[in-house]
Amino acid sequence: MKYVDEYRDGKLARAIAATIAQEADPAKTYHFMEFCGGHTHAISRYGLEDLLPANVRMIHGPGCPVCVLPIGRIDEAIELAKNPKVTLLTYADLMRVPGSKGRSLIKAKAAGADIRMIYSTLDALRIAEENPDREVVFFAIGFETTTPATALAIKAAAKKGLANFSVFCNHVLTPSAIRAILEAPKTGKLPPVKIQGFIGPAHVSVVIGSKPYRVFVEEFGQRIVVSGFEPLDVMQSILMLIRQVNEGRAAVENQYIRAVVPGGNLAAQKLVDEVFDLRDTFEWRGLGHMERSALKLRDEWARFDAEKRFVVPRIHASDNPACECGVILIGAKQPADCKLFGTVCTPETPMGSCMVSSEGACAAHWTYGRFRDKAKRQDERRIAS
Amino acid sequence: MNAPTETRLRHRKMDVKTGRVDLSHGSGGRAMAQLIAEIFHEAFSNEWLDQGNDQATFPAPAGPGGRMVMTTDGYVVSPLFFPGGDIGSLAVHGTINDVAMGGARPVALSASFIIEEGFPLADLQRIARSMGAAAREAGVPIVTGDTKVVERGKADGVFISTAGIGVVADGLELGGHLARPGDRVIVSGSIGDHGVAIMSSRENLTFDTAILSDSAALHRLTEVMIAAGGPSLRLMRDPTRGGLAATLNEVANQSKVGIRIEEDRLPIKAEVLAACEFLGLDPLNVANEGKLIAVVDASAAEAIVAAMRAHPLGRDAAIIGEVIEDDQHFVQMTTAFGGGRIVDWLSGEQLPRIC
Repeated sequence: MKYVDEYRDGKLARAIAATIAQEADPAKTYHFMEFCGGHTHAISRYGLEDLLPANVRMIHGPGCPVCVLPIGRIDEAIELAKNPKVTLLTYADLMRVPGSKGRSLIKAKAAGADIRMIYSTLDALRIAEENPDREVVFFAIGFETTTPATALAIKAAAKKGLANFSVFCNHVLTPSAIRAILEAPKTGKLPPVKIQGFIGPAHVSVVIGSKPYRVFVEEFGQRIVVSGFEPLDVMQSILMLIRQVNEGRAAVENQYIRAVVPGGNLAAQKLVDEVFDLRDTFEWRGLGHMERSALKLRDEWARFDAEKRFVVPRIHASDNPACECGVILIGAKQPADCKLFGTVCTPETPMGSCMVSSEGACAAHWTYGRFRDKAKRQDERRIAS
Repeated sequence: MNAPTETRLRHRKMDVKTGRVDLSHGSGGRAMAQLIAEIFHEAFSNEWLDQGNDQATFPAPAGPGGRMVMTTDGYVVSPLFFPGGDIGSLAVHGTINDVAMGGARPVALSASFIIEEGFPLADLQRIARSMGAAAREAGVPIVTGDTKVVERGKADGVFISTAGIGVVADGLELGGHLARPGDRVIVSGSIGDHGVAIMSSRENLTFDTAILSDSAALHRLTEVMIAAGGPSLRLMRDPTRGGLAATLNEVANQSKVGIRIEEDRLPIKAEVLAACEFLGLDPLNVANEGKLIAVVDASAAEAIVAAMRAHPLGRDAAIIGEVIEDDQHFVQMTTAFGGGRIVDWLSGEQLPRIC
């Protein structure tokens, strides 16, 4: 496949792996966080762990939209869908995310709620047009990547005069999450995690550019390499981070030059700005309440805001106390560290959202990487004895 | 002279072009008899079905083999017509394949139709004719059948439920529990074609692809494999729902072994890869309807693959991996990138109603 195979070339990968092995200083350890679930997925799917030296450790970050959604929002969506007039549209990933008390959208659908899976916001508009007597609500989630599409749908709905379309908005902002992780040692709100550099978002950075990360270099002395989602992109970005560490530098660098410019996609930013405004505060799973970390519809678009159009009860629900999604999301623990992993929590019976989305750290480890756990445990026991 | 009016009316053919199935077609009266005669008998005709009884009576299969296999299957695919096939041909191929994977020579099929009120007669005829053609081409007659009509909304167009019987040659022992470490894993051709073809024709997904479903009857290919491999064959399976990944996991669990495959060796069409990339699917989880996997003794693997390649349905056959010892029964894959990963069962639904 043209323009895809080039970035999955095994021979080139082995060449980069050899350079990494050569340049990684055996006296050092390298702890890098890949922020995005897309990177987590690529690392697991292509077995990159096998190509890296043992002292280069990748820590999975919170960049999985489904994973950071607090279960209260799932409960709220289920309440919305219970309204007999409402047709709730959602991306498939969200269907199985557990709400509180074992509830989920897929179970609500089975119980009779009109919940449909869609692939794009264009489907959402079409369904609203075709069903004028239904209240069609789009369950919008995602980081900056998906926000412009939601903005576009709202504007298109206004233009078409669609009176039965609205959005249950859960769009969140990447820089807020990075800041929360970096401020953890200071605020004490989250467990501190040793991170010497970030594999920076791919698609998010296409929209927002690489500029918004500069503040993390200035304030925290962090290293960020904006990276594409293909496995070769990730390998090259890891090498770039290792070089920064070895050279004692900290900078924002752009590996994903084929798609990311410093200023980002200005048209998309303008669109988002036209439709959305910052929320004062928003709850994230694992990261807790964070100020100015999410978006809501501006007042002039209020008629498309499901939270204004319907009475949506504010639900705050706590995660299952044994579920470690929260600390896994910020890289403080690995999926296999969770007692529920692979026992009561599997993709068929997920206890936490990280086991649901293919971008979730637990699902990626379960689906692709868990065959290494047994050998790892044996190694650890050997070292301990 | 003209026949009396009443007789002429009774003989008036159904209006297949514009007519629809109504509840009278399932009520056991004349309308039902006419539907069966003009749609199903016309399409399937063979001496056993044409006996017109509630059961088919036919001689016990001749030739060697004292054991029979029997299978049953239901078809609820949506859409009913898709690039490269339809629910009718799919039902015939799928049932024959389930018989053939047991190492059996298929002998006869049955088909039962559950039809939704309002279903166009023209579509029903198209499906029946496609089934009849598939059965004739495979040389396996549909010897008995049944029709039911349910009220609108109680079914989705038409559902087909089938059964198939066949005879296994003496000395052939095949089963999912028989894979042993060191055995080779063979796939008969490109994977993922059927699922992608179905996906491309679903109404809420608008993308064009030249990919056709691979729906095909595999009993002649398995005949070739049995001739070439004989007792070296451990098992054969058709990786339908859940794709290659599900089938390999079934085998690993049944045989209490691990399986390791090489991504580089998997035959996958470029268009299928592209569609999967676009839709976020893993071709290993995508359904096939005309492919099989076989686990065979290593010493016979090359000869079996060579024999398969000489058959049109096995032209792209390849050895894709081997059976290994693993008390966790994982299916692992060495990626083209050089790392390792698990090939897991699919969680939840990837494609709704593909077969």
